[in-house]
Amino acid sequence: MTNSWTDIKNTDLVVIMGGNAAEAHPCGFKWVTEAKAHRGAKLVVVDPRFTRSASVADYYAPIRQGSDIAFLLGVIKYCIDKDKVQWEYTKNFTNAAYIVKEGYGYQDGLFTGYNEAIRDYNRDSWEYEIGADGFAVMDETLAHPRCVWNLLKQHVAIYTPEMVERICGTPKEKFLKVAEMIATTSARDKTMTSMYALGWTQHSKGSQNIRAMAMLQLILGNIGQRGGGMNALRGHSNIQGLTDIGLMSNLLPGYLTLATDKEATLDSYMSSRGFKPLRPGQTSYWQNYKKFFVSFQKSMYGAAAKVENDWAYDWLPKLDVPGYDVLRAFDMMFQGKMNGYFCQGFNPLMSFPRKNKIRAALGKLKFLVVMDPLQTETARFWQDHGEFNPAKPADVQTEVFELPSTCFAEDEGSLTNSSRWLQWHWAGAQAPGEARSDVWMMAQLHLRLRKMYAAEGGAFPDPILNLTWPYANPADPQPDELAKELNGRALVTLRDPADQTKVIQEAGKLLPGFAALRDDGTTSSGCWIYSGCFTEAGNAMARRDNTDPAETGAYPGWAFSWPANRRILYNRASADMAGKAWDPTRKLIEWNGTNWAGFDVPDIAPASKPGEVMPFIMNQEGVSRLWVRRGMKDGPFPVHYEPFESPITNPIAPKIRGNPAARVFANDMEVFGDSKEFPYAATTYRLTEHFHYWSKHVQVNAVLQPEFFVELSQELAKEKGIANGGWVRVDSKRGFVRAKAVVTKRIKPMMCDGKVVHIIGIPIHWGFMGATKKGFGANTLTPFVGDANIETPEFKAFLVDIRAENPPVS
Amino acid sequence: MASYQSADVVRRSATTFTPPQVRHDQEVAKLIDVSKCIGCKACQSACLEWNNLQEEVGINTGSYQNPHDLTENSWTLMRFTEWDNPETQNLEWLIRKDGCMHCADPGCLKACPAPGAIVQYANGIVDFVSENCIGCGYCIKGCPFNVPRISKVDQKAYKCTLCSDRVAVGQAPACAKACPTQAISFGSKEAMLDLAGERIVDLKSRGFDKAGVYDPAGVGGTHVMYVLHHADKPEIYAGLPANPRISPMVELWKGATKYVGMGLIAAGVVGAFFHRVIAGANSVSAADEANAAALVDKTGGQA
Amino acid sequence: MLESLSRRAFVRGVGAGLAGTALGFGGSEQALAAEVRPFRLSRALQTRNTCPYCSVGCGVIMYARGDGSKNARRELIHIEGDPDHPTNRGTLCPKGAALLDFVKAPTRTKHPMYRAPGTNEFKQVSWDWALDRIARLMKDDRDKNFIAKNAEGVTVNRWISTGFLAASATTNETAFMTYKAVRSAGMVVFDNQARV
Repeated sequence: MTNSWTDIKNTDLVVIMGGNAAEAHPCGFKWVTEAKAHRGAKLVVVDPRFTRSASVADYYAPIRQGSDIAFLLGVIKYCIDKDKVQWEYTKNFTNAAYIVKEGYGYQDGLFTGYNEAIRDYNRDSWEYEIGADGFAVMDETLAHPRCVWNLLKQHVAIYTPEMVERICGTPKEKFLKVAEMIATTSARDKTMTSMYALGWTQHSKGSQNIRAMAMLQLILGNIGQRGGGMNALRGHSNIQGLTDIGLMSNLLPGYLTLATDKEATLDSYMSSRGFKPLRPGQTSYWQNYKKFFVSFQKSMYGAAAKVENDWAYDWLPKLDVPGYDVLRAFDMMFQGKMNGYFCQGFNPLMSFPRKNKIRAALGKLKFLVVMDPLQTETARFWQDHGEFNPAKPADVQTEVFELPSTCFAEDEGSLTNSSRWLQWHWAGAQAPGEARSDVWMMAQLHLRLRKMYAAEGGAFPDPILNLTWPYANPADPQPDELAKELNGRALVTLRDPADQTKVIQEAGKLLPGFAALRDDGTTSSGCWIYSGCFTEAGNAMARRDNTDPAETGAYPGWAFSWPANRRILYNRASADMAGKAWDPTRKLIEWNGTNWAGFDVPDIAPASKPGEVMPFIMNQEGVSRLWVRRGMKDGPFPVHYEPFESPITNPIAPKIRGNPAARVFANDMEVFGDSKEFPYAATTYRLTEHFHYWSKHVQVNAVLQPEFFVELSQELAKEKGIANGGWVRVDSKRGFVRAKAVVTKRIKPMMCDGKVVHIIGIPIHWGFMGATKKGFGANTLTPFVGDANIETPEFKAFLVDIRAENPPVS
Repeated sequence: MASYQSADVVRRSATTFTPPQVRHDQEVAKLIDVSKCIGCKACQSACLEWNNLQEEVGINTGSYQNPHDLTENSWTLMRFTEWDNPETQNLEWLIRKDGCMHCADPGCLKACPAPGAIVQYANGIVDFVSENCIGCGYCIKGCPFNVPRISKVDQKAYKCTLCSDRVAVGQAPACAKACPTQAISFGSKEAMLDLAGERIVDLKSRGFDKAGVYDPAGVGGTHVMYVLHHADKPEIYAGLPANPRISPMVELWKGATKYVGMGLIAAGVVGAFFHRVIAGANSVSAADEANAAALVDKTGGQA
Repeated sequence: MLESLSRRAFVRGVGAGLAGTALGFGGSEQALAAEVRPFRLSRALQTRNTCPYCSVGCGVIMYARGDGSKNARRELIHIEGDPDHPTNRGTLCPKGAALLDFVKAPTRTKHPMYRAPGTNEFKQVSWDWALDRIARLMKDDRDKNFIAKNAEGVTVNRWISTGFLAASATTNETAFMTYKAVRSAGMVVFDNQARV
């Protein structure tokens, strides 16, 4: 979230699209009801189903799953056509006036540089025109035909209300009503918040769904404001933290990136990470990259990371592919190319697409280690559970370990929520049986490996033998010790470079924040964006001061919000070019003549003069990007692409199937279905009564939603002879499920491109372990393809067939 | 130990004298704003947890409603109705939290023949005291909202207590505390009526002209009230009665027999009331009805 | 039938008895006091925690029996929303409100278990045995398949034949410990639950 849960109360308009906050995040949704009750805010829900969010909405519009980009670009076109643009913001705080270099183009759904053979682009033409002074060229009059604004106008021209209706199935008048409500927030004193989740990410063009809304929010001037923002409602309680700390194939903590094979040396690695400003006087904060990188290496390898060995650059692995994400990992496993796999609090047999492939893949491993507080399906993939999990144990040669771990109630530490708040918690119970914490398990495994490498030698032992291990009890590192490592320390006494008599921090002490980090090996920090979370003043994450000055919703004394305890990102954009709040009643920070000050920590150097230093300091331009240069793999603007399995041909690019830049493995391409064989548009989702595959182990939640079901319209039920509460079988090209049918008015057939499209809704929560009735996983049906940029599986839009059938024989 | 002393009791089932009612406690109320309810069932979950109730894992019968009805273990239940608004042509998903309304004039208490099995406290809570319950099920017949249920295990009646244990120590009921969207509020009845007034103004501003509070006079008002967006049509909310009243039969027999010699009829009459226990049924059968009707005639004549 | 009759007689007798005493014929009026269920958290030990489910990060208070004295095992008896928490203000969703049943689920893992190749059962093993065995499997695979240099001779130091899926509800501190252990071994098949 750019903003926070509590900030939502400040909004004028909530748009829930690509998510279902009332069901998935009820306690966060409370701030929507607060905004409605106390500000008179309106709630708009756009969703294929009339959800529980829709049940309390002021306006609901249906949309076919997988067509959000067409809808959103249609709204952008509407705002441009009706002159509902926050012009001062758009001209100054976005790249609308930047000129794109000659040679860039877009036609028939493809940008320049596409190579069909590798399903990828050469993105060299996706850049600004650079002037003789080395800076990007601008035309502040927006007259230049290749300025971003004019390219945008051209790009969205096709998304007329009629085209939106044709693609999305949203009746024109409903689309226009939503567009009109959204457009009102282009006023300087109106804001809109976008609340989205997996409904946008789980598509083969998921990242571009989000970009489309971000672009809309920028031209409306809604980023950086109280009650505005792009608010990603993260799923799990600490998936924000796990991502921040970089537990992904290609990441280092704090959104630094792992080197690739092309970057043989530290110099070549840094050469593409210099982040020189693209306009005069801009901050371009990533210019500090090396400070963060070296401090991370010092936290990993201590004294062994030194200038002579390029800060142990070679001790980090390098990537030969963009990333070994989970889809690639399971495809490798499926092909017998992996031997060992660890699942820490993770149940991939239920979580990943094409369940039959996942099960087969796990069976090709030599060993599988599952660390979990619950008995997962994954740990039992080799057991025969009939149709729910057909397996022949005698044929499965995988060694399986199930290690009992503590759960939240029995451990201590911090979780980072969607608001980017790091909140500390304490253990209140003893672990059951022999369960131990994950920290202990990971420490034990590392110490054993280390001992073996010390004794036996082996493949490149240096990074294992030199890993820092500064724990009072090496066998059992404690949460506060690890938190201090994340925060970072001064390794020598740090002095102010401008005044050597001034000591910034004594050697060995905790750093006050990331501003103190250096690239000369004198500081350490495990995750630079978390620096400030545990300082000499104490554990900031454990703070519990819930006072809220001026009731802004910021709660600055509660826990610690990264970065630097900032509550709203890009908050300099909450004020106009002169530094005055766009809306005086919703002031966030303002320029007082010498400094920026107010209710939040400014995300710009406090003395940066308004009009000179632009708000988007993480970009080299200092402004936000309506056109994203080469930042996205599948195009600098979003384009409507159909899902890989779609009931219709793409009306704007009939030759293109799915997202042309999305990676597809050959064995998965073979099991894409078509609309002749599988005529219905299916989508998967969560229900408020359950959390993924955990709460089915909970008696109470099993009572509240006991049995696997699918949802369909009354019209389709009639056509197919399906009774409410009766049994159905649902087939995709990849497998089948049996379920109860919930026949409902909340799903209605849609008319898309002249064709009736029926929608089948499939909730995900059932499996063969736990307290609920046994059920088939929805992932039995889903396609094994991910988003072009970050490989989030396309769980939200695929094709199935459905038929009534007799109850299963028990 | 939280207890309500005799001075806190306003009414007591099958008891002929007027309780002293020394203390005038503040009347409490729960306000359920249906327009803010997202049907998440946090109230059901919190109720099961707080009261340590063990409900069975059921099946899906084509609805989000689980369990399918109130039970001796599920004292509250979200009822889901898909309603096409004929005026706007829009679908509305009406979700109502069902459970005991804690009537000011409680039909269950009036119908109950077991002394002290049902009590009403000065704060308005109508509580079942299971030690005194004889499992006759007549509270169900007396309830205009069809709320109490008889346990198959101990043959005693159960329903929402308005968390009398929590309220006694100054806490809100578990459901009200849990509710994520403040669709359930708890406070004095006066404060809840004020809050309802504010909500109705907001709803009217959003086009719900008939928004109103549900605090039915037929049962003397309730200590669980609703804000409804369509207060003119309470029955669209899963059959919420438009004009709930205690069955005239119950009124008659309680009214008529209150001060007469119960001893004359105790054996036969109470026996008749207890017929359903003997039959082992969990609801009132046709035979019970007939017995009761006969009784009303008889006692009516004697008064 | 016989049973029914005897029950009828019994109940009728009780009913008559009640009518004779409590309805005002017994002479002395019985106390009207009604014992409500005792408030069960009065002396419970409270610990602040955070709901482990979604990313709202609601504050919870866990109530435990046992006051910390040596011989009383601390056992959770209830979990409820933390009213001081700015986001949830004491509220919880249907999952959070039932957290106690998650902590106490009969399907919690309690002991290290091992399933040998081709067998159809999990056997309980000791921690030491399990960890030794896993570390040995890791080292053997790493030593055999570690890629120090790619085809062009560039030092790449990666291990791709064993992978790690990190959790999503563990703490940041667990995450960093995991990061250190996984990356120092050169693992690149490394991912988390951000996408599902």
